[in-house]
Amino acid sequence: MKILVAIKQVPERDAPISIGADGKWIDESGLSYTINEPDAYALEEALQLKEKNGGEVVVLCAGPEHVTTTLREALAKGADRAIHIEADDLGERDTLGIAKLLADAAKAESADLILTGLQSDDLGLGQTGVVLAELLGIPHATIIMQVEVTGSSLKVKRELEDGWFQHVEMPLPALLTIQSGGNKLRYATLMGIKKAKTKETKTVQPAAPASSQAIILERVYLPEKQKKTEMLTGTSAEVAAKLVEKLKFEVRVI
Amino acid sequence: MSGVLVLMEQRGGVWNRMSFEALAAGQQLAAKLGIECSAAIIGKDLGSLSSELTGKKLAKVFTVQHELLKTYTSDGYLTALEQLIKHAAPAYVLMPHTYQVRDFAPALATRFKQVLISDVIAIHDGSGGPIFVRQLLQGKLNADYKHASAGPCFLSVQAGTFRAESVEAGSATVEDFTPQLEASQIRSKPGEPFREAAQTVDLSAALLIVSVGRGIGEQENIAIVEELAAALGAELAASRPICDNGWLPMERQVGSSGQTVSPKLYLAVGISGAIQHLVGMKGSKTVIAINKDENAPIFEVADYGVVGDLFEIVPALTKAVLAAKG
Repeated sequence: MKILVAIKQVPERDAPISIGADGKWIDESGLSYTINEPDAYALEEALQLKEKNGGEVVVLCAGPEHVTTTLREALAKGADRAIHIEADDLGERDTLGIAKLLADAAKAESADLILTGLQSDDLGLGQTGVVLAELLGIPHATIIMQVEVTGSSLKVKRELEDGWFQHVEMPLPALLTIQSGGNKLRYATLMGIKKAKTKETKTVQPAAPASSQAIILERVYLPEKQKKTEMLTGTSAEVAAKLVEKLKFEVRVI
Repeated sequence: MSGVLVLMEQRGGVWNRMSFEALAAGQQLAAKLGIECSAAIIGKDLGSLSSELTGKKLAKVFTVQHELLKTYTSDGYLTALEQLIKHAAPAYVLMPHTYQVRDFAPALATRFKQVLISDVIAIHDGSGGPIFVRQLLQGKLNADYKHASAGPCFLSVQAGTFRAESVEAGSATVEDFTPQLEASQIRSKPGEPFREAAQTVDLSAALLIVSVGRGIGEQENIAIVEELAAALGAELAASRPICDNGWLPMERQVGSSGQTVSPKLYLAVGISGAIQHLVGMKGSKTVIAINKDENAPIFEVADYGVVGDLFEIVPALTKAVLAAKG
């Protein structure tokens, strides 16, 4: 079984954010990057499926040169091969444009199963996987916690709202978007990191330049506060005393 | 192409509570643009739901009914809704940002060569068309989006952005729409929804909640937050990453995939405040946030904020609370 995992590189979660000069995105200079967390769970699911059923795990990522660090980490964790779609202009491509890039690369692989995270930590649109499935004409299911492969079909556990779940069965090939928390993430071992150096990373060029976008991100800015927050300052003991005052006289819970 | 079409969500004849928020959003958007607003319901045996909608200020209520739409499948919904949208030709298709919408709406937009503007938290007037606001980077930034294409604009609105009570009453006529649908077009087989185990923790009834997030770093550190909760007599809760790691059981999770709470006090420790968490707790009467990052979005909804090291502040607060209680 061949499993393709589409991953995204995103800014580190704790990275300090400043708005770029054009006001349309953040200033990326000096930023450090990491794998999008839900995609890390998609990779983990793929690696576990391979351990159970055999086969191959191929990781796929679109972006500039620096995304190759994230691809190498995935190889170190146990992916067999990597494909880098070299594109410096992701900001000029909307979800459909990026899904088209991924779809072109995915077609060439004809994988049995495609996994990706349910959304990205940066844009958070939560759509690339579903759009990719639509472009490839394969069935999909979203927000998946567990995957079971039986022959030529899949049984997945899908998360619904408010603590409800549902099982869904579908034929292969299929695409799933993976929710975080279904598995425990592994770390790359020293051996894995060594081995990664011998694994293949194929670089492919986008088939088409960025075309006109259906939706446009016009401006980014710091959110306005919804409430007037009273900030309490001082030493820990002073802050604790101030909080107790508030809990006693304002919130009235002590 | 004209008008706003709101896709209402129901399961087994019961509304998803967010449907009426989407309806309010649709009516307001239509009023701003001076165009009509209609609504659609998808499923089977929708009589009583549609008669509820005929009492709202809507141009039309489309009932999209078919035996194969009795339970949700993305294939069934996509095929039926593609036909409905071609028939009704709306300029805007507006949906609640539910798990179900997240499952089919991106592909529905793709069928019209469009991109869904998902998880919208506000709609403003703009020159040359409305501006749709969504959050980026787990709520650290807001972004203004515009629709820039000739086709219909697809939107989903976040829970709590629009008020269901503000839906305007009026009258509407019902139009039945029967989609062309074959069993062979539906590739997936959905099972019945189920719950993992009987929930033993009902956070929705808790008066006081102390909630812990990623900032706690390690499982063993959770003890200091537990001690604070015990000192206050509060329930212990958590954001999703804590439960994902198995540090606390899933049933203590607050947020869109966990419980929705509205206590008198919500004390958030090391929680940055991603939108998925905020929708679960923003109904709290008083919010106190302790976080090392002064730009953490949790401070946007906090009444009192402390920027600092939770490993110093939390034990000091526990001590002070115990002392105050005598």
